[in-house]
Amino acid sequence: MAEFRLPPNSRFKDVPGRQYKAPPGATSVRTFRIYRWDPDSGDKPRVDSFEVDLRRCGPMVLDALIKIKNEVDSTLTFRRSCREGICGSCAMNIDGVNTLACIKAIEDVKGELRIFPLPHLPVIKDLVPDLTNFYAQYASIKPWLQTRTPAPPDRERLQSPEDQEKIDRPSACILCACCSTSCPSYWWNGDRYLGPAALLAAYRWIVDTRDEATGERLDDLEDPFRLYRCHTIMNCTEACPKDLNPARAIAEIKKLMAERQY
Amino acid sequence: MSAYPFTDHTYDVVVVGAGGAGLRATMGLAEAGLSTACLSKVFPTRSHTVAAQGGISAALGNMGEDDWRFHFYDTIKGSDWLGDQDAIEFMCKEAPSAVLELERFGLPFSRTEDGRIYQRPFGGMTTHYGKGIAQRTCAAADRTGHAMLHTLYQQSLKHNANFFIEYFAIDLIMEDGECRGVVALDLSTGTLHRFRAHTTILATGGYGRIYFSCTSAHTCTGDGGGMVLRAGLPLQDMEFVQFHPTGIYGAGCLITEGVRGEGGILRNAQGERFMERYAPNAKDLASRDVVSRSMTIEIREGRGVGPDRDHIYLHLEHLGAEVIQKRLPGIAETSRIFAGVDVTRQPIPVIPTAHYNMGGIPCNVHGEVVTRKGDDPSAVVPGLMAIGEAACVSVHGANRLGSNSLLDLVVFGRAAARRCAQVVKPGTGHRPLAADAGDLAVSRLDRYRNAAGKRPTADVRLTMQRTMQDHAAVFRSGETLREGCRKLAGVFEAMDDLRVADRSLVFNTDLVETLELENLLLQAAATIHSAAGREESRGAHAREDFPQRDDAQWLKHSLAWVSADGQVHLDYRPVQLDTLTDEVEPVPPRARTY
Repeated sequence: MAEFRLPPNSRFKDVPGRQYKAPPGATSVRTFRIYRWDPDSGDKPRVDSFEVDLRRCGPMVLDALIKIKNEVDSTLTFRRSCREGICGSCAMNIDGVNTLACIKAIEDVKGELRIFPLPHLPVIKDLVPDLTNFYAQYASIKPWLQTRTPAPPDRERLQSPEDQEKIDRPSACILCACCSTSCPSYWWNGDRYLGPAALLAAYRWIVDTRDEATGERLDDLEDPFRLYRCHTIMNCTEACPKDLNPARAIAEIKKLMAERQY
Repeated sequence: MSAYPFTDHTYDVVVVGAGGAGLRATMGLAEAGLSTACLSKVFPTRSHTVAAQGGISAALGNMGEDDWRFHFYDTIKGSDWLGDQDAIEFMCKEAPSAVLELERFGLPFSRTEDGRIYQRPFGGMTTHYGKGIAQRTCAAADRTGHAMLHTLYQQSLKHNANFFIEYFAIDLIMEDGECRGVVALDLSTGTLHRFRAHTTILATGGYGRIYFSCTSAHTCTGDGGGMVLRAGLPLQDMEFVQFHPTGIYGAGCLITEGVRGEGGILRNAQGERFMERYAPNAKDLASRDVVSRSMTIEIREGRGVGPDRDHIYLHLEHLGAEVIQKRLPGIAETSRIFAGVDVTRQPIPVIPTAHYNMGGIPCNVHGEVVTRKGDDPSAVVPGLMAIGEAACVSVHGANRLGSNSLLDLVVFGRAAARRCAQVVKPGTGHRPLAADAGDLAVSRLDRYRNAAGKRPTADVRLTMQRTMQDHAAVFRSGETLREGCRKLAGVFEAMDDLRVADRSLVFNTDLVETLELENLLLQAAATIHSAAGREESRGAHAREDFPQRDDAQWLKHSLAWVSADGQVHLDYRPVQLDTLTDEVEPVPPRARTY
């Protein structure tokens, strides 16, 4: 069971954050309040404030983070790679919502931008969370094609466009973890509840017409925690930066479970 | 030096990089029963393969007549005859089985009405040796790279491969010209690890970030190429950098050639479909180097669009919302986010953008790294292999065809695994490493971690990127290249005045970016010096002072050695103009028009 209060060394309000003023002459200034924690320092976390001149910055939150790292404080630590919303590296909590910094426009946030790591995960440093458990849960649903029938020797397995349509969106997940870490049920039971990302992946294989392990896949999910800790809160679908619908996939799995009972 | 103790690991094979090539090799090695470690500086599904959009080429013939020999011809012509024909034969012949294998792994390909893999036209892909247009590029909508990378990671999980995730490889362990393994930094703890292996496979990707504007991810820093140069080995054909015709103006994000494959059209400020003038047959689907040059000429001659007349419009409104939604949903999303454009009603502003490195670590058709040693232009470096964009086999020569890169990854990833299975017996004993193994890595790590000069890493990096953008882009000339070489020498000097502010060990991205910068800079030097050396125009290397291809003098691969202080030594290797087998006739050089 999760604790109600953060342990003392995780509370960020105990230590005053550092303030970085915009350079003189800046005309379009926005303040970025960013969670900072360096395990090597032994200090408690804090929230630093960086004033950024938006006239000299790209449009996305990631552009601002990179500008701060390049020009103000190179110790600011975050993951990033593709900068176009497909690799899933820069998932973080911006303005209270989990999303990808690279496709979140600064102008879509009013007032100060508050930037925190994805919630309810151990923090490695600053905005970098530890996703080990999240990845292990993904691996646990056996996310690969399982068949007994041999494939045709000289051509592909056939699949109609309609059947492909069923896996088209669910397979577009980028494993950014925005959904799972926005789910209160996952916050509470993240050690035993698989969470929306892993369940969306399970669903993608359950409905793949080429896969022949549907029964075993459903058996593996038949558990009060792994699947049924989803309480249809829908934060997952709300958070998904790729407009996928994990909540619906979970509901479909529950329906398949119910159907096979009769 | 005791401040950085090593943790030692021993494996049959170590793979550095977990993109398409690295993962395909890793799963093949695990399948073959070799003990394998795969190191990656990012979680595997964050590798840049994920951003490939349009598809993977293979002459399956699902949507019309096709033959791998047509693919072979197109690839040679696309390479402007700098590609090695034995390697190209191997790749094109292996393509159908490599793609069918991906389907068997569960890759969610788009489908035709009769349930086959959907294939779309792509630039330079023809039937009957240039006569017809081929539909050869197998696609999963417009996120084929994402589908492929995730599928290969899933297969690696299935085969229980050993991953070392968020491990940054710093340097090779070389001993008397043989590679014995690699030293890596575990980012999450800041500890150093020495991996000893019979074979080290570099699958570290391209070095697109030497340019200011590129489609490449921030992580495309060519770390393998940097390690190879520091090991005293050369890189090959580094002057050949592909500029993709359609990067989004400003943001640089990629818009797939698949847009033009599906019928998209480039237009200038007068609304003219100008590619009809430059490539009367292939038009918008000419090779990427041809389209990028045509666009650059249009802009230079004042026919660009926008307030500064400095870009071009890509139209796809006429395709209709349904085709866009079904075949190009990611493009619609990216254009909306990064260009503020509704592609069903407005054109996308685009500009040629640095995209792909044809050059890289020279290797043979098995993936074994080669170098010039005395009279032997193809001496194998024991214990070292390279695959994917990091490598230069060379299947892409002077210009890569779209959708041949994903193919390159899986074909040569698989071939490298097979080669290791042939030459490495599982569990073979290892000699002890030399006493100084890993010292190079430790000394560089320590130096940069404590760098206390005046220039932040980002500042030096920006100077390098602007230099390359200004001096080694679509069109080049001897004068601008030589000036670029001089400016780059200044960047090497600035490396002595670096400042790294983060002194910590846990997840020190300031330090990693600095190590990456050195890798980039060495390859920037190889690129611009090789470009200054090559006095002809071929494929992506367009010299205004030498506008013609010159086969008599320049039908050869460039090799560049770069010292730590930026001194470049050039030499050359012959191009393989013979095929691997007699199943196909070699294609002798001829004029290249589309």
